[in-house]
Amino acid sequence: MTHMPRPGAIAAAPDHSPDAAPDRHAGIYRYDDLDREFVFQRVAQFREQVRRRLSGALTEDEFKPLRLMNGVYLQLHAYMLRVAIPYGMLGTTQLRRLAEIGRRWDRGYGHFTTRQNIQFNWPALVDVPDMLHALAEVDMHAIQTSGNCIRNVTTDHFCGAAADEIVDPRVHAEILRQWSTLHPEFSFLPRKFKIAISGTPQDRAAVRTHDIGLIATRDAAGAVGFTVYVGGGQGRSPFLAVKAREFVPEADLLAYLEAVLRVYNQYGRRDNIYKARIKILVHELGAEAFLRRVEEEFARLPRGAHALDPALVEAIRAHFAPPPLERLPERSPAFDLARARNAAFARWTRSNLHPHRQPGHAIATVSLKPVGGIPGDITSDQMEALADLADRFSFGEVRVSHEQNLVLAHVRKDELYALWQGLEAIGLGTANAGLVSDIIACPGLDYCALANTRSIPIAQAIATRFADLDRQHAIGELRIKISGCINACGHHHVGHIGILGVDKKGEEFYQLLLGGDPGPQAELAEITGPGFDAAGIVDAVETVVRTYLDLRGEGERFIDTLRRLGHAPFKEALHGAA
Amino acid sequence: MLVKAKGDLQAVSASRLRDGVAVWLSAGHRWMEDVADAGAFTGAALQQALAVAQADSAAGLVVDVYPLDVAVADGRTRPLHVRERMKARGPSVRPDLGKQAVTPAISRAPERAA
Repeated sequence: MTHMPRPGAIAAAPDHSPDAAPDRHAGIYRYDDLDREFVFQRVAQFREQVRRRLSGALTEDEFKPLRLMNGVYLQLHAYMLRVAIPYGMLGTTQLRRLAEIGRRWDRGYGHFTTRQNIQFNWPALVDVPDMLHALAEVDMHAIQTSGNCIRNVTTDHFCGAAADEIVDPRVHAEILRQWSTLHPEFSFLPRKFKIAISGTPQDRAAVRTHDIGLIATRDAAGAVGFTVYVGGGQGRSPFLAVKAREFVPEADLLAYLEAVLRVYNQYGRRDNIYKARIKILVHELGAEAFLRRVEEEFARLPRGAHALDPALVEAIRAHFAPPPLERLPERSPAFDLARARNAAFARWTRSNLHPHRQPGHAIATVSLKPVGGIPGDITSDQMEALADLADRFSFGEVRVSHEQNLVLAHVRKDELYALWQGLEAIGLGTANAGLVSDIIACPGLDYCALANTRSIPIAQAIATRFADLDRQHAIGELRIKISGCINACGHHHVGHIGILGVDKKGEEFYQLLLGGDPGPQAELAEITGPGFDAAGIVDAVETVVRTYLDLRGEGERFIDTLRRLGHAPFKEALHGAA
Repeated sequence: MLVKAKGDLQAVSASRLRDGVAVWLSAGHRWMEDVADAGAFTGAALQQALAVAQADSAAGLVVDVYPLDVAVADGRTRPLHVRERMKARGPSVRPDLGKQAVTPAISRAPERAA
């Protein structure tokens, strides 16, 4: 029974203390006063910089690096503000604030990115200081979302919940965030620098496509350490990172990474933007010579001064204490009954759930890829409604995945049906996680000043072609990734099917790649042959899928069939026999 | 400037400093929000238009000045390259947003001091 106040009675004031907040158990790092003061100071600095730019006291050449340090780009139609979401973790207080910002200063929506950040596409420069102030009020900012610095550290969107996890990577992602923030040596690197960390060998963070990739693990004695990969990246020259060390002890993590970055800072090219990433340095020096320099630098570093203090690690770990999950039986009769009664719900559970380490719970992926929608886009109304669902079903926590979806990580199985109904009601219940319509797509020429072609309409056309969810489920796991230019923000190099937009005499054209994989068996995709126009690329994807369905063995995913048979049958289907 | 202009007829584009909105220089050297109103320049007139635009950039009215290839039909200027057509319209996937969604508000274009 609901208790309503009596007419005329004064209702008790709502409890706004942090202990009463619905997201008090969200797995996010909580600012202290020093953090908060720093972020507000930064907002005040930028407000003054904007004022000086508008007054003419700063030229664009002087102002541009300042705005980029605060996440402000100039895009095709307007400015764009990219907001940092550390390792993709959000509390619902923060998500609601993002909704408010989208509504008040943008056009009522935001766009989640492959760096687990969010972008607003329409802010006026004069409003950005107010937007940053509103973010600072909920412990958020846009620092290091641009510029030649260490960008947002990304991680497994199932961290701290997945049954296959060995180490919760958020602890070390946060340590890396604090270490890299305004690090004086690493604020003006030769080029931007991206780090990803996974807490399981079932790499869901694409670590080998990063400048530094880390797999957190434990040695035989149970001590935490990291397998370190260096020199990966996509863009016009894609490389998978090479293994630098099998096991770097936790205490030496910062020292080892500092050694890698020092070598990069010293030897990385600054004369040519296209050759400035660490992947080029590793490639041009050779992995062996590069790693020898790293080891020499590592040996020179005063290890005591760089060692991670176990007390500090524990203090950070406390921020990511698991929420108070109930002890439940693994099987949920209510869940089983709902699956039996509702085929659409059963379909969603097959594609959008992942095993949770706690019996009776599941991790739910919230698809931001409705058929015909824009991958990664979410309206302010949807953000607020999802925040309500997260408060109700997942401890007030929402994660952003690098696949441009959202995740509710701690849902009781017996509440999944109610959650799905809530998601369906706001257009976020699509049962396509990991399937052919769950497409990563960069903003492309619809928004981006650097793009050559559009990406989003291609994603929409493919999703529409495969709109039948039963057919998608019958096809099974198939990862399509689309980039509108060679910068590869849509990760086309590691798509099972990758699509790259190219400019052909001022018109849009698309190359088809096959065989990429960002995961534990990381591979780069290969171009199949001549490209296609916008209509032709959709037909080409259909051809590839039909070829796979004709050739697949029992239980084989698309990528398995491709690995078994090679590219030849697919190329022949696309382009005819050579 | 991502796409190099090389045609006989060129317009001059920029973004307004305060809000980033795309604008084009008219034949009379006023900044317009609708590319159809852009001047189509050639030869010395193009150099003069670029000089005006760069002066406005230095004065803090606009940023990111560059020339683009255009054609003119029925008195309306049209960009030739797909990138510039996108910039002129707004996102093709959100017809409710950008210039395609609103009547050009020329009065909101930046103005030079007299």
